[in-house]
Amino acid sequence: MTHAAEMYFSFTPLLAVLVSPAAAILILLSSQKPNLRETWTVIAAVCKFALVSSMVAPVLAGQYPAITLFDIAPGISLALKADPLGVSFALSASLLWIFTSFYSIGYMRALAEHSQTRYFASFAICLSATMGIALAANLLTFLIFYEILTIATYPLVIHKETAEAISAGRKYLAFLLVAGGALLLAVAVTLMAAGTLNFAAGGYLSPAMGRGPLLGLFILFLVGVGAKAGLMPLHSWLPSAMVAPTPVSALLHAVAVVKAGVFGFARIVGYVFGPSLTADIGGATLVGVLAGATIVVASLLAMAQDNLKRRLAYSTIGHLSYIILGTVLLTPVGWLGGLFHITTHAAMKITLFFCAGAIYAKTGRENISEMDGIGKQMPLTMAAFTVGALGLAGLPPVGGFLSKWFLAQGTLASGHPLLLAVLLLSGLLNAGYFFPIVVRAYFRPSKHFERFDEALPSMLIPLLLTAAFAVLLGIYPDGIFHFYSLSAEAALGVVARGAP
Amino acid sequence: MSALAGNYTYYITAFLLAIGLYGMIGKKNLLKKLIGMNIFQTAIFLFFIHGAVKPGTTVPVLDSRIGMDAAAYINPLPHVLILTAIVVSVATTGVALALLITIYRRYGSLEETTILERMKQSS
Amino acid sequence: MSHLPVLIPITLLLSAFLIPLAGYVKRDFAFAIASVGAFLAFAFSLAGLLMVLSQGEIRYHLGGWAPPIGIEYVLDALSAFMAAVVTLIGLVVLIYSRRSVLHEVPLRVVPLYALAMLLLAGLVGIIVTGDLFNLFVFLEISSLSAYALMAIGDDRAPVASFRYLILGSIAGSFYVLGVGFLYFSTGSLNMADVAQRLPALYQSRAVAAAAIFIFIALGLKMALFPLHLWLPDVYTYAPSAVTALIAPIMTKVSAYVLIRMLLTVFQPAYLRDLLPMTSIIGWLAAAGVLYGSVMAIAQNDFRRMLAYSSISQIGYIGIGIGLANPLGLIGALLHILNHAFMKACLFLVAGSIRFRTGRWKVSSFAGLGRKMPWTMAAFTVSALSMVGIPPAAGFFSKWYLLLGSIDAGNWFLVAVILASSLLTAVYFIRVLEQIYASHANEESAPMKASDPPPSMLLPTLLLGAGLLILGLFNSAIVTHILNIVVLPLHRPGS
Repeated sequence: MTHAAEMYFSFTPLLAVLVSPAAAILILLSSQKPNLRETWTVIAAVCKFALVSSMVAPVLAGQYPAITLFDIAPGISLALKADPLGVSFALSASLLWIFTSFYSIGYMRALAEHSQTRYFASFAICLSATMGIALAANLLTFLIFYEILTIATYPLVIHKETAEAISAGRKYLAFLLVAGGALLLAVAVTLMAAGTLNFAAGGYLSPAMGRGPLLGLFILFLVGVGAKAGLMPLHSWLPSAMVAPTPVSALLHAVAVVKAGVFGFARIVGYVFGPSLTADIGGATLVGVLAGATIVVASLLAMAQDNLKRRLAYSTIGHLSYIILGTVLLTPVGWLGGLFHITTHAAMKITLFFCAGAIYAKTGRENISEMDGIGKQMPLTMAAFTVGALGLAGLPPVGGFLSKWFLAQGTLASGHPLLLAVLLLSGLLNAGYFFPIVVRAYFRPSKHFERFDEALPSMLIPLLLTAAFAVLLGIYPDGIFHFYSLSAEAALGVVARGAP
Repeated sequence: MSALAGNYTYYITAFLLAIGLYGMIGKKNLLKKLIGMNIFQTAIFLFFIHGAVKPGTTVPVLDSRIGMDAAAYINPLPHVLILTAIVVSVATTGVALALLITIYRRYGSLEETTILERMKQSS
Repeated sequence: MSHLPVLIPITLLLSAFLIPLAGYVKRDFAFAIASVGAFLAFAFSLAGLLMVLSQGEIRYHLGGWAPPIGIEYVLDALSAFMAAVVTLIGLVVLIYSRRSVLHEVPLRVVPLYALAMLLLAGLVGIIVTGDLFNLFVFLEISSLSAYALMAIGDDRAPVASFRYLILGSIAGSFYVLGVGFLYFSTGSLNMADVAQRLPALYQSRAVAAAAIFIFIALGLKMALFPLHLWLPDVYTYAPSAVTALIAPIMTKVSAYVLIRMLLTVFQPAYLRDLLPMTSIIGWLAAAGVLYGSVMAIAQNDFRRMLAYSSISQIGYIGIGIGLANPLGLIGALLHILNHAFMKACLFLVAGSIRFRTGRWKVSSFAGLGRKMPWTMAAFTVSALSMVGIPPAAGFFSKWYLLLGSIDAGNWFLVAVILASSLLTAVYFIRVLEQIYASHANEESAPMKASDPPPSMLLPTLLLGAGLLILGLFNSAIVTHILNIVVLPLHRPGS
């Protein structure tokens, strides 16, 4: 199934990245005409998705669209290359942006939020940066877009401009800029040591550097991407960032920003160090421990949260470590599980966040203790919530079951039954913190919620669609978008070449 | 002792440099700082002039009795450099004095501590 | 046209002489002559740069007298690059300055422009001259103009300027002393000639003393820690346009002289390998980087914050010089270019805010994001560039400095560079929060503000856009210009 991959010149990756900054400019110029402004967002989202999906077929056939722009530093060019891993991430992000755009429009208008122009323009830039991260062909291009993403998300985090929002924004920047510094240093050292920054499936660093320095470099990279990926102890910006409007939390902190972190980690283990080197220097063990601990601790912390979004935030932290764990299992099926989980978790989590936002917009409630009986008023919303919760707990027929299944197989294949126990425990904990919400919503009547009064269609339809998407991934994983094949191709590409 | 005798100019130069520096940094009165600066610059002029001297030679004005032998005249180049430097020094002193007049008109004093106090009061 | 090296300073000197004459007839003539002069100077510099890149060095013998007796002006890759940067910034700021100056110091317009032209002439003269003493002359021309320029302003300006004058004169005198030692040791004042004669004298204590004196002098002028004390007050109290003119270029020209000493006159074999001069510069610069950043965080006055920030950024350039390897020096030179743009843009923004609102305290900037959107956009780009976020230019100079530090194995400098980026972020994010995310409070009672008029706004935007362009195309600059400049630093066999 793995054939020798060839690159060919194509503008598509570049266009995929540039569509949204163009839209951002148009958004800024149409600030006085809300309907026109929103149209730009939708058009950009659809175009971006179309461009990315046009790259799926060639990539699966082994033909990678690539474009090398000018040199951004002597010998290193700003270059984009669409390979299975990158396209998979880009595809899920751009697809979910379409849903988020509609949802945002509904949410912002329902709450009559301020600064909508700034909001939509920042969103567009964030998605552009995400595309850049996904399609980057070398570490420096990756780093540039990574930093742009950090900055572009800041206006969204502090959107509410309250004291809490501003302090959350400072914490956000503190963590991510420090991480950015670590990443910058790591990239610089890699350049000086290896002479090139181009990603190569199976890794390209040579063991000649010495185990100690390589481990140090690995740890630098880990800090650099780990903060975005919510790896403990670099995770605490995530719950604080929940102060942002829900669509921001939904896309960015469940789909784009945090996934950029785990994606970066996958790139580093798979395309810079390579699986065998990672194992040799002890990096796999180190990360395995950290990820395992994160999974358990995050799940426990999630149970203690009453604020729905904060509970979802801790759940995200836990699930991100599923993906990280998958990559350090260093087996094809482990990688497949981790990479597929990028997509399935995105679909499920975004559904949950959409539900949380719909509930807030409709009833003004944020805390789970206040949501008893809401199933009577908003049964469809809660149905979607249930779908997402089932998937996150690892139950069929939702996509989360499949990715977890592969991860479980991966833990056995790599000989770490302890990690299997961790996964199972986490599944139970997931159930433990999600199911009570569902049960209380449907089965505890409350006088606040008597009549059927669902969320606005502009919010309801996207969340139903994302829930459907999550189910689609579970029963027909390769359907329509070929996420499964992309993840499988990527996994094989990495591990077959650089197997320990 | 011979070291002292041969190099006494350098010691004087260093001494004047030290006085000048002390004036500029140690004194609180702005005009005294300016005087310190002038002493400092003069020390440097002396250093250059001394460097031009060659024993047994005469002023660098062409003398028909000696002819064109360069070794018989002292080196005129440092003198030229110093003339330039003196002009610079005069200009700098001029600017400095103009500044001092402005400062005195505004603050009524040339003592640094007094000026700083009055600056704090007015801000 | 081998007259180019001398045309650049001559144009500016001529403008400086014409302005008082024409300006007293009609005040607007001052501005017109200044603009034309600056434009011509920039055009000549750019032409010079292009010629140097294609044909090599251009040398001009003043008065026809051949060196080493005569004074020569040299345009090589380094000096052409610097001249272009200085004249470009001069031009952009001068165009901006017209309304700002009329607003802040309307009675002193003519002398201000004359002095500004003299200042630029002096700076350009320093850059193109190939004679050590001629450099001193131009150094003093630019310094005297600066002392006078910075004294125009409110009450505290003359006091700050006087302190600058005293310290600056020490610097000039030390430089002359150093040149004196060099002359008496080598018998020549021509830079290339001295460079040839020095290697035989490397063991001489007089030469070492010369190096030390010159280094102290340049350190003072450059505001290298701990010789930076004059800078904050001077930048704070001078008129906005004056600070915008001086801050981006004056200290950088002194850094240029230091680089020139390193590369051409004393050469790396001496300053790097024999004396620990470059290492000392590196350590002091690192201290300056941290000191400047920390002090900047504590400031509420926007201009003073930018002043301390300048000390920090000059530290970066010092680090690059201190590393004395090709990557490090490329970082320093690129940062000279980038910081000139960034600081100019920042001070133009400060001037625009003052022009429209009369305010300069950060705590009173609330809500400016909405009222002055374009100006604040330029500010945001500059701030991001200062912090080092790609693709803005500032990221790339830090990139090269990092590579240079890693190459030299100096992990302490690596840590300093990264730490200071974060510190820089602290004080700029604070301003950004005020501008974009704060609502009017007692200090910033609702004000009528808007973007400044086009003659002020366009230069600001030009510099902001320039930062993005410089960032994206930094590789072209490095490959075509800077790589040539740093050739002397390559150790044999590397």
